[in-house]
Amino acid sequence: MSLAVVLFYAFAIFTVVCAAGVAFSPNVVYSAFALMGTLLGVAAMYVFLAADFLALAQVLVYIGGILVLMLFAVMLTHRIANVNISNRSVGRLPALLVVGGITMIMGRAIYRTSWVVGTELPDGPSTYAIGTGFLGTYVLPFELASFVLLAVLVGAVAISRKELRDAQG
Amino acid sequence: MVGISLEHFLTVGLLLFALGLYTVLTRRNAIGILMGVELILNSANINYVAFARYGGSSTDGQIFAIFVIMLAAAEAAVGLAIVLGIYKNFDSIDVEATDTLRY
Repeated sequence: MSLAVVLFYAFAIFTVVCAAGVAFSPNVVYSAFALMGTLLGVAAMYVFLAADFLALAQVLVYIGGILVLMLFAVMLTHRIANVNISNRSVGRLPALLVVGGITMIMGRAIYRTSWVVGTELPDGPSTYAIGTGFLGTYVLPFELASFVLLAVLVGAVAISRKELRDAQG
Repeated sequence: MVGISLEHFLTVGLLLFALGLYTVLTRRNAIGILMGVELILNSANINYVAFARYGGSSTDGQIFAIFVIMLAAAEAAVGLAIVLGIYKNFDSIDVEATDTLRY
C-alpha cells in the first residue's frame, strides 16, 4: 500500500471514531470536541478528493464558526457543576434497529451498484472553477445565499435579544 | 488516486450518516441533536465531493457542498439562538421539557 492509501485509512478511521464519540459520549462537552475531530477528518477527506478550497472552508466555517458557537451554547446553558450526565440518550434499542436497517440498505446499494467512473478531477487548485461557477452558472443561488445569510443574521438577533422580545409583548 | 475508489468515500459518508441519524434519534439535549444534524450534513457533503471527483471533470459538486456549508452555518446560528431562548423559558435544554404545545 502506498503512503496515500495508509493516510486515507487513518483519516477515515479517525473520522468515524470521532463521529461515534459524538453519538455515544454521555458528556455534551466531550461530544463537542469529538465533533471537532470529525470535522477535521472530513476536511482531510476533501483533501483526498482534490477539493482544496472546500477543505479550507470546512476548517474556517465549521471549526472556526459553528463549533465555537456550539461550545458557547453549551457553556451558557449548563451549570458546570452537573455537566457529567448532560447528554442523556433515550430509546437506544429502537434507534439502533432503525439505523442498522437503513445502513444495511444503503450499504447494499453502494456495493451492488457498478458505478460509472468518468475521468477523475485532476489534482490542482479548484478555486478558479469554483469562482467562475459562482459568478456564472450559479450566480442566482449565490445572491440568494447572501440574502438568506442576512435574514439569518437579523433573525438570530431578534430571537436572542431580550429587549426585542419584550417589545413584541 | 490509485487504491482509493469511490466506494471508500461513500462508505465513510454512509457511516457518518448512520452515526448522525442515531445521534438525532436518541439525544434529548437540543445541542446534541444539532451536532447530529451537522454529522448528517457532512456525510452528504462527502458524497457530493466524491461524485464531483469521480463522476467526470466538473466542480459542480464542490459548489453544492459550499452551499451546504453556508446553510449549515445559518442553521447553527438560528438553532443555537432558539436553544438559548428555550433555556431562558424552561431553564433546561432537554427537548422533553418543551411540551407546552403538546396537549
